[in-house]
Amino acid sequence: MIMRKEIITDATLVSNYVKGQESSLEILIKRHKERIYSFIYSKVYDRDIAEDVFQDTFIKVIRTLKRGKYNEEGKFLPWVMRIAHNLVIDHFRKNNRMPKFQNNGDFSIFSVLSDTSLNAEKKIIKAQVEEDVRRLIEELPADQKEVLVMRMYQDMSFKEISERTGVSINTALGRMRYAIINMRKVIEKHNIVLTN
Amino acid sequence: MDKIYSEDSKTNKEMSPKDENISFILNYSKALSVISYKNMKFETLLN
Repeated sequence: MIMRKEIITDATLVSNYVKGQESSLEILIKRHKERIYSFIYSKVYDRDIAEDVFQDTFIKVIRTLKRGKYNEEGKFLPWVMRIAHNLVIDHFRKNNRMPKFQNNGDFSIFSVLSDTSLNAEKKIIKAQVEEDVRRLIEELPADQKEVLVMRMYQDMSFKEISERTGVSINTALGRMRYAIINMRKVIEKHNIVLTN
Repeated sequence: MDKIYSEDSKTNKEMSPKDENISFILNYSKALSVISYKNMKFETLLN
């Protein structure tokens, strides 16, 4: 008799967990813990901090799932990685370090699922690219720079930005759009290379 | 001559969170209860 080993999908486990099956969470965590933990560690390079961020990540996951706020689109792991990624940014912010510039606007799944370990050369290039981007941002008009920094470095939503700056969401969106257009113009004008 | 077998890639325990941490998370989940009442959600931690 051949025993068929069927793998329960993440989506099914999440659904079961939301319905009250606590053991499903255990399976999910054990399935993905290494991937998530190594991702966090690759950013913070400290085991204690990585443990804290890992814990905070899953506390957020648990609260969202139990509140019924999660929409299953077959993307459990990317969603968790996104939470971990944002918590890493929060950590750097709390420690007064400028967070790395991440393309939060068009979140690419491959930016978290690919191999995140960088060799020495790539680290230097990455640091240079980030420095170049920061210099470009300094060149922007004050209102555009303000929106861009809030969006990219402080991870604020456009609703929060509009409340903070006292303009409509559409105005905030427009300023963000012009910030990026203007940055592109400067990049093209000076033939700056921003690829890693 | 003895055959040289490459080592099995051991599960990288270093790149894994501590078991105590996972236990904590699972216990937190068991203790957390979310109650809905009139468009509001209340979280309680059962002891």
